Amino acid sequence: MTTIVNSPKGDPAVREDTPGATRKPRRPGRIRRLGLPYLLLLPALLLEILVHLLPIAIGFFMAFKELTQFYLRDWGAAPWAGLGNFDVAVDFNAPVGKALLHSFWITCVFTLMSVGLCWLLGTAAAVFMQETFTGRGFLRTLFLVPYALPVYAAVITWAFMFQRDNGLVNHVLHDQLGLTGGHPFWLIGDNSFFALLTVSVWKGWPFAFLIVMAGLQNIPKELYEAAAMDGAGIWQQIRRITIPSLRPVNQVLVLVLFLWTFNDFNTPFVLFGRAAPEAADLISVHIYQSSFATWNFGTGAAMSVLLLLFLLLVTGIYLVLTSRGRKVSRG
Amino acid sequence: MQRIRALASSAVVVSLLAAATACGGGSSDEGSNESPKTLTYWASNQGPNVEADKKILQPELDKFEKQTGIKVKLEVVPWSDLLTRILTATTSGEGPDVLNIGNTWSSSLQATGALVPWDQKNFDKIGGKDRFVESALGSTGAQGKDPAAVPLYSMAYALYYNKAMFKEAGITEPPKTWDELTADGAKISKGGKWGLGAEGSNLSNNIHQVFVLAKQHGGDFFTADGKADFTNDAAVAAVKQYVDMMATNKIIAPGNAEYAKNQSLSDFSKGKTAMVLWQAAATTFKSQGMQDDEWGVAPVPVQSGAPGAGKATNSMVAGINLAVFKNTKSIDGSMKFVKFMTSDAEQKLLCKTYGSIPPVKAAQSDPAFDRPELKVLRETLATSATALPQVSDESQFETSVGTAVKNLFAQAANGKKLSTADVKAELTKAQQQMASQ
Repeated sequence: MTTIVNSPKGDPAVREDTPGATRKPRRPGRIRRLGLPYLLLLPALLLEILVHLLPIAIGFFMAFKELTQFYLRDWGAAPWAGLGNFDVAVDFNAPVGKALLHSFWITCVFTLMSVGLCWLLGTAAAVFMQETFTGRGFLRTLFLVPYALPVYAAVITWAFMFQRDNGLVNHVLHDQLGLTGGHPFWLIGDNSFFALLTVSVWKGWPFAFLIVMAGLQNIPKELYEAAAMDGAGIWQQIRRITIPSLRPVNQVLVLVLFLWTFNDFNTPFVLFGRAAPEAADLISVHIYQSSFATWNFGTGAAMSVLLLLFLLLVTGIYLVLTSRGRKVSRG
Repeated sequence: MQRIRALASSAVVVSLLAAATACGGGSSDEGSNESPKTLTYWASNQGPNVEADKKILQPELDKFEKQTGIKVKLEVVPWSDLLTRILTATTSGEGPDVLNIGNTWSSSLQATGALVPWDQKNFDKIGGKDRFVESALGSTGAQGKDPAAVPLYSMAYALYYNKAMFKEAGITEPPKTWDELTADGAKISKGGKWGLGAEGSNLSNNIHQVFVLAKQHGGDFFTADGKADFTNDAAVAAVKQYVDMMATNKIIAPGNAEYAKNQSLSDFSKGKTAMVLWQAAATTFKSQGMQDDEWGVAPVPVQSGAPGAGKATNSMVAGINLAVFKNTKSIDGSMKFVKFMTSDAEQKLLCKTYGSIPPVKAAQSDPAFDRPELKVLRETLATSATALPQVSDESQFETSVGTAVKNLFAQAANGKKLSTADVKAELTKAQQQMASQ
């Protein structure tokens, strides 16, 4: 069920049309040369259909079926539900819809905070790392560790650290620093939101760091030298050169972080198991629970479809807004 | 990263193709014999960990290969993954040939139609239905239908207690009623030590405990015709009684609210907790360095005033069943393997190792199963254990009510005093999840 929601990661940069080239007079050699790229793209296209489009289609199909344990094995034969599954999912006065809405808001707030913090930390670290100093290579490697670790192992370790009685977090916060009044719970109750946010940011910011660092390499040094000659300070250089130059990088970075965080299943699932605490009930796990735990696979599929539509809408609006902004700033 | 993504993509494609081809011909009622020489077996995690299980089972699988020439590929699946894995295999049609299921899921999985039904003919292939104990057969599927699985290991709940801690607190014999248990627990629960252990975030364990308490209150979580009924008085009283051991009686450590990976057993082994309600815990205690004479075992308590401990329900019928996946490519081989695993000799050997009770009558007579611990478990199973409702919604019940109990434990752990209304509200939410189907 969860595979369905992964779809909009497709890279907008992969476009096959090259309109300028096709208008030129057709000569056999050229055609052959032109045909080859398409031929080479074919496997990718095929995979794209199999990996993304087909599951989405199956998900859509399931969303209109009454899919319970009785039809699980031969789900094509399940009776049609019409829009029934969607009705259940969006009836916000009834328990299922209410829980979905709650989970949706939690996910929105969580995603905004996580993406914001990841971006801020990643950018700050990348700017800081522009200066050459001893130990820079070591620090760079160290910063990328969370990104390189297998998600499962890393999150399990966090789960251990967040344990109330034997965990490292409470040991440091309470026993060593005396910041908390007692040993609070991190994996159950309201604090679980912050536990999840911590792990998510820890896991996500190195990616932002990596991308921003790559983006910074492309800014010509001369710009900074010229600015410095004109008397611009560090802050002004960051504001007038770094941030505008990073704009295209940030456009993609924020979008990717947003989609990954909004859809993240592994982190909450490994941290909390099948039943996440209400305060940290992210939508991907919520949908999983609706499908796999209560065996309402049709409703789960309907929720996935709604989630996909929402993410497409947000992505579309975002791309239109940010692209227009760029054009204006260039003109 | 790039390589990982490529690998992941190709894995998805392969599984999709497999799913697509499986959907085409998924209507045959019994498995075929396309590849009779190999089997895949999903074993549930029974021992202290997955590695231990592999070490225990592999020699037996080698023995089977020597006898029949059929090679068995073993995969030990942790409990937390097992049900999801089975459901995924059911949807895609690509699964193992033979697998373990928790016996409480029998009816739910039976309803999916993914498991080979055990009719007279199939039972004859493994020596007949009469070889198995009645109570174990009681949780192999819905009544009036051919069982969806055969019993493999049987277990029952018992009260395990730390002898030294009891002595220290001046307790001479294990509690017989819940009142005695909470009184004893209160004597012990001080100075970082606690009376009773619980696994507040383990949904299935929560269910097992509240089911028994509901039975003791004269009720159940389902109506006689199999409809979910989570908010009746007996069910509410049962759940309240269980979480109150933390919230009101304060004999369960608040930290237990987040336990789900048998941490309560380690606490017991370390002498932090004096009692646990568990099934066949001997192997785990041993692996955690506890000597067999350091702990004792008694039947799970009953309500005060109930006539005679041992008559009232004081355990669910716990255990593991063995099932054959309908999509198997080796139906004959699978049957041979089930016969092997349920043979008298294997039953004795495996149950001895795992500390469980053989559901095969002939194997039970082995003197190894006369140990005091197993005697208690065996008698419970024979006289006072009740099978969880064999209804197709059982698995959903485990998740929804199990989550409700988890949420209530979380509130109790944060210091909230729980009223009957609080308990009823959580159970109502659980009930509504079910009603939406």
